[in-house]
Amino acid sequence: MARPAFCDLIMEHFGDRVGDGGAGIDMHNIEVGPENVVELCWFLKDTPELSFDFLSDLCGVDYYPDSPRFEVVYHLFSIAHQHRLRLKCRLGDPPHAPTVTGVWSTANWHERETFDMYGIVFDGHPNLKRIYMWDEFEGYPMRKDFPQRGYKDAYNPFGEEREGQ
Amino acid sequence: MTGVTVLQESKRGDGISQEVLLNLGPQHPSTHGVLRLVLQMSGEIVKRTEPFIGYLHRGTEKLAENFTYTQIFPLTDRLDYVCPPSNNLGFAIAVEQLLDIEVPERAQYIRVVMVELARISGHLLIVGALPMDLGAMTVLLYTMREREMLMDLMEMITGARMHTSYIRVGGVREDFPEGAVERIREFCDILPKRLVDYERLVANNRVFLRRTRGVGVITPEDAIDMGLSGPNLRASGVDWDIRRDCPYEIYDRVDFNVITREAGDCYDRWICRVDEMRESVRIIEQCLDQIPDGAFQVDMPTIAYPVDKDQLACSMETHIHHFELSAYGFKVPKGEVYTAIEAPKGELGYYVISDGSEKPFRMKVRAPSFVNLQALEGNIQNMKYLADLIAMLGSLDPVIAEVDK
Repeated sequence: MARPAFCDLIMEHFGDRVGDGGAGIDMHNIEVGPENVVELCWFLKDTPELSFDFLSDLCGVDYYPDSPRFEVVYHLFSIAHQHRLRLKCRLGDPPHAPTVTGVWSTANWHERETFDMYGIVFDGHPNLKRIYMWDEFEGYPMRKDFPQRGYKDAYNPFGEEREGQ
Repeated sequence: MTGVTVLQESKRGDGISQEVLLNLGPQHPSTHGVLRLVLQMSGEIVKRTEPFIGYLHRGTEKLAENFTYTQIFPLTDRLDYVCPPSNNLGFAIAVEQLLDIEVPERAQYIRVVMVELARISGHLLIVGALPMDLGAMTVLLYTMREREMLMDLMEMITGARMHTSYIRVGGVREDFPEGAVERIREFCDILPKRLVDYERLVANNRVFLRRTRGVGVITPEDAIDMGLSGPNLRASGVDWDIRRDCPYEIYDRVDFNVITREAGDCYDRWICRVDEMRESVRIIEQCLDQIPDGAFQVDMPTIAYPVDKDQLACSMETHIHHFELSAYGFKVPKGEVYTAIEAPKGELGYYVISDGSEKPFRMKVRAPSFVNLQALEGNIQNMKYLADLIAMLGSLDPVIAEVDK
C-alpha cells in the first residue's frame, strides 16, 4: 500500500518520539511509546487533515517470550477522510499503558477486554475491571503462557496442573 | 427479576422514595440472550445502567490461535449466529489478503448474494423482535415466517440452516445448486411486499410510535465517539457504509442506496433496518443478473479442496494435497492485516497476525455488537424509564454470542 500523505504531518510534529512502522498490506503503521500515546491520539483526532474520529479497534498482543513482551494495537479510522491508520505501542512486563478513553469513549470496553485477557493495565481508566471473566478468576487467558484448556480446579478436571502443585 | 436491594432511603416532601438496585437478567426474555443489566432505579426512573457481559464467553480468539485457518470458519459462524456468512466473509478476506490471492469473479458474486441474504436474515429478526419487546407479538411471527424461507434457502445452498461455514478461503465451498437462483429470485419478489405489511402493522401503530419515537436519542457526535457502526450509526445521520465507501468483493459494481435517518431514536434505528432490507433485495437481484459463469474457488490445490472429488481416486497429486490440507492446513505468509466489512450489525473487523505457520499467531475480532452494546453506558438522551431501556436495548440489536465472543 502506498504511503499516505498524512504520515509526514505526524513525523514533522512528533519527530523522534514516534517511529514509522512502514506500510502494511492494509494500512500504514506508526510505532509509539506509552508516554506519547495520549498526545499522539489527541493530535490525530484534532488535526483537520487527519481527523481520526473513529476508534475501530483496540487490542493487545502477547509476543512471549520476546522482550518487550506486550503490544497494544489501535486501529483508527476517519469517517471524513476515509483513511485508516494503525498505532502500535510496545509494553514491557508488567505492562502499563495510558488510557485513551478521554479521546474516544468507545475505548472503555476495549481496554477492559484487553486488561481482562492480557493483564495490561490502562492507567487512568475510569472502570478498569474484568469484563468477560469473573472477578475471582486468576491469570490472563489470552497470554501465550496460559494453557488453552485452563488450569485444573474443581470445575475443570481437564485443565493443566499449575506449576509447583 | 431478582436481587432487589435497598440502596438508600431518602425522605422527600410527600413521602419516602427509595433507590434500588435492580438486576435485569441474565435470564430474561427481553435481554436478547444472557445479558445482565444492573440498574440503579428510583421508582420507574433509571438513574444508571451497567451491563455485565461474559456469560457466553467461549474464548474464540484463544481457540483460533490453536486452530488451522480452515478450522476457524466454524468458530466464526458462532459469533453472530443470526447471519454466519458475514462472519465467514470477514475472516476469509483477511486471510486472502495475507495470502495475496484473488478470488474468482463468480465466487465473489455468490459471496455477496449470501452475505446480503444473511443481512436480511439478521434484520428480519430484529425488525420482529423490537416490537415484541414492546408488547406487539404479531410482527415477530410474520418475520419468522419469511426468515424460515431464508433458512430453507440456506439449507438448500449450504446444507446447513444456521452454522453454514459456506464461505472459505479462496471462494465458497460449493457452487449454487440447481434451482437455487430461481428460489432466491422468488424470495426477492415476495419480501418487499411483506415489508410493506410489517410497516402497516407497526410503523403507524400509536403504541409503537409512543414507545420508540424520540426515545433513546443518540446524536451523531456521540454515536461516532461511542464507536457505533452500521444501522445504529446511520440512524443518527452519519452517512457511512463500508460497502459503498471502501468496497470489497463486487460491491462497487452494484447500485444501492445507503439508508440514513436523522433523529437517531429507537424508531429510526428500527425503520433503517426495514429500508436496508429493500436495498439488500436490490443488491441480490443485480448480482443474480450479473453473475458470470466460471470457477467458484481458486485453482490452488494447496489452499482449496478439489472440485472434482473423483480426482481423489485417480490422481496421486490431488490425493497428497487433499491429505496435507486436511491434516496440516496451509501456511500463510508472515504479516498482519485488519479487514473491516459491513456486517448486519456494523463494522465487523478481523485483525489477523500470521507468523508464517498454519495457525494464526493472533486473531482479534472487532465485534460490532460488543461496541454497540457499550452505548447503554454512554450518553443517551430521553431514556428515562425502564420501559425505554427495553426499547433502547432492542433497537441496538446486540447478539450476545458476538458480544461475548
